[in-house]
Amino acid sequence: MAANVLFDAPGPNTRRRHLVYSVVFVVVILSALTWVGFKLKSAGQFEPRIFEDLFASNILKALFDGMLNTLKAAALAIVLSVVLGFLLAVGRLSDHRLVAVPCRWVIEFFRAVPLLLLIILIFGLLGGRGMETSTRGLISLVGGLMLYNGAVLAEVFRAGIGAVPKGQSEAAYAIGMRKTQVMNIVLVPQAVRIMLPTIISQCVVVLKDTSLGFIVAYGELLRETRLVAQFVNNNLWPYLLAALMYIVLNSIVSAVATYAQKRSAGRGSKSDTPAAVEGAGMETGRAGAAAV
Amino acid sequence: MRIQRTATVLAALGLAVSLAACGSSSDETKVEVKKASGLTGVPQQIADKGKIKIGVKFDQPGISAKEPGSDAPVGFDDDMGKIIAGQLGIGESDIEWIETVSDNRESFLKDGTVDLVIASYSITDDRRKVVGQAGPYYVTGQQLLVRAADAEKIAGPDDLKNVKVCSVEGSTSLQRVEEEYGAKPVPFSTYSECVDQLENKTVDAVTTDGAILLGYAAKNPDELKVVGDAFSEERYGIGYKQGAAGMCDFLNKTLQASFDDGKWAEAFKNTLGKSGVDTPEAPTLDACP
Amino acid sequence: MNVFSDNWRAILTAFGITVEMTLIAGVIALVVGFLLAALRVSPIPLARGAAASYVRLIRNTPLLLIMLIFAFGLPELDFRPRFNLNKVFGVQDQSPLLNFDIFFLFATIALGMYTAAFVCEAVRSGVNSISIGQAEAARSIGMTFSQTVREVILPQAFRAVIPPLASIMIAMTKNSSLAAGVGVTEAAFLMRKLTNDNGDKVFLIFMGFAIGYIVLVAIISATASFLERKVGTA
Repeated sequence: MAANVLFDAPGPNTRRRHLVYSVVFVVVILSALTWVGFKLKSAGQFEPRIFEDLFASNILKALFDGMLNTLKAAALAIVLSVVLGFLLAVGRLSDHRLVAVPCRWVIEFFRAVPLLLLIILIFGLLGGRGMETSTRGLISLVGGLMLYNGAVLAEVFRAGIGAVPKGQSEAAYAIGMRKTQVMNIVLVPQAVRIMLPTIISQCVVVLKDTSLGFIVAYGELLRETRLVAQFVNNNLWPYLLAALMYIVLNSIVSAVATYAQKRSAGRGSKSDTPAAVEGAGMETGRAGAAAV
Repeated sequence: MRIQRTATVLAALGLAVSLAACGSSSDETKVEVKKASGLTGVPQQIADKGKIKIGVKFDQPGISAKEPGSDAPVGFDDDMGKIIAGQLGIGESDIEWIETVSDNRESFLKDGTVDLVIASYSITDDRRKVVGQAGPYYVTGQQLLVRAADAEKIAGPDDLKNVKVCSVEGSTSLQRVEEEYGAKPVPFSTYSECVDQLENKTVDAVTTDGAILLGYAAKNPDELKVVGDAFSEERYGIGYKQGAAGMCDFLNKTLQASFDDGKWAEAFKNTLGKSGVDTPEAPTLDACP
Repeated sequence: MNVFSDNWRAILTAFGITVEMTLIAGVIALVVGFLLAALRVSPIPLARGAAASYVRLIRNTPLLLIMLIFAFGLPELDFRPRFNLNKVFGVQDQSPLLNFDIFFLFATIALGMYTAAFVCEAVRSGVNSISIGQAEAARSIGMTFSQTVREVILPQAFRAVIPPLASIMIAMTKNSSLAAGVGVTEAAFLMRKLTNDNGDKVFLIFMGFAIGYIVLVAIISATASFLERKVGTA
């Protein structure tokens, strides 16, 4: 941690000063929260009826169903994005320019276009075919997520393959492996290990982005929340509740990512592996426009 | 928002009290399930099958909305659906409600995903070229909802120049006030979000079909007001597959019967009318082609 | 009848709003993000914890939800900003580009505050990428924490941070499309409107708007590589 080298271990005077800062900080935050609380109370946002309505069993069931739909769309989208991303990355690294160049354009295109536009496009193209509304919404949402995250993951995979130390592929070529073999047997297995944490944290992005399903009438968590808000006649608490649900879901996914990161770092016994992870991390920072 | 909520709860309480008092259900439209005589063609086929698929909206309160966590939508459109199904000898449990969005109603009818569309589906000449539309069973029009204090300043669509008007994203209502009256459009996703912004004074008017607006105004009569005459005419019709033999005659006969025996008025009173709107005169049906 | 030539004025206005939103939200995101990063590496544990919690909460919540909470929460706090600059500039026909109304500002603030969390993380990892010797050397000649950060770490970190910051700004530009759901008539709103009107030209309209966004993205990328070269040679 750089934080440790940026400053000395605080002495007694500094510690006292920090304590003062901390107290001031806490006081400021607490008074801000109190002010918000009073404002909301005077706006009638704390009337018990709101919470009675919101925590009725049918409302909670609707939100729970929405959450399941969110998870369903996210799971589908992640699996498909990984597959597409892998194919695009392989194409992009191909020695044939006829394959590599179009793959590159596809990747660049889908990374540059807002996800919302992709979803609206697919939804529009599926119109006039009499497809069931919920199916059409699901396909538009998952399709858009797949194209966008597939392109992003392609860059992540490429960075991961690039992060495998050069000696690995050189050694493989030296013992007479063909390019396909080098890729499949040597590079990809190591790259996947390096990239696993990034792929899992991309899951958080996908999970959040399923919230765009509302625009194509897919019954995910945010759309259900909006319908609930309409029903209970309050447009603040349902959204705060939904935010809490997203935070819990995503924290679980993030915890898995951290665990995977620890494991993959722990398994690297060779001295160059941590450096490779670090390097790949930086590189994905570049590719990871997506993570926002 | 607050007062509105209270009104809702009071209305619900009122209903509960009246339920207890009368001992008979008063907020559900009683539908007679009995196969009408003289069915022919497509209605006869549906009746023989004993099941019907009806396309409706799931998110328009009063017209047709699915309450959170429930399976069947409720509203005026849904009650009309039940009345029609009843005439085919089909009970509520054999109706399959299918969600439609505005741009898949025609294709749903064309490829048989649904047998009927009852989804605030305005009758237009363009639509009648590709699907059949019986009715109208309800006539409404685009109106404006404003804060009562502004009712004189904004008295109709002509006062909308540069006024912030909220409606549902991508709706024709929003487009009309922007293009024809120079309003500044504010898109949100639901009408309740728009009404909230109106009460918050962040927008100055909400626009959509009058029926929906009247509902919101009735919940909060001291603060909100529907102003001006309707500046468009929406005639809700029942969509069916073009060329379906006997369908239009059957639908018109059923609708006329429901106008005459009071079922139509009862359905209105139990849905759109719940917010205090008077039941209108039944409309005159278009002749079948 | 061509969709684009008939609506070029509306399209330019809509993209103008997108650009304005990106610029203002970008400034908010950079300022707040750098402040958060400073708290995140500061010697005061409470400040570190607060910045970390902010980042964690924001990163795990969908942007659209944050926009909704801002749009419905802030008016309840009697916070109703609006700046109509048409009067200031004496423009008669009320250009939407000069009228920063409440929804535009809510959505822009939400977008900026959301993006700030990612800026904070990028800056922090940039700071972490500076070799330990630099900070140690600065401290050994007696620099304080704020001097070390200001004079030694940040100038170097800045170079390392430009590429990820550019990615974040690009993502933010694209994310501005979500504002269509909370009352802002920007590019994505117009695209939906046009596709509703012209059901047979969905793909054409999509390509037009996609190219619009790609141009914006390309401008940001070019600016970033220009900055990178400039800082790199300095």
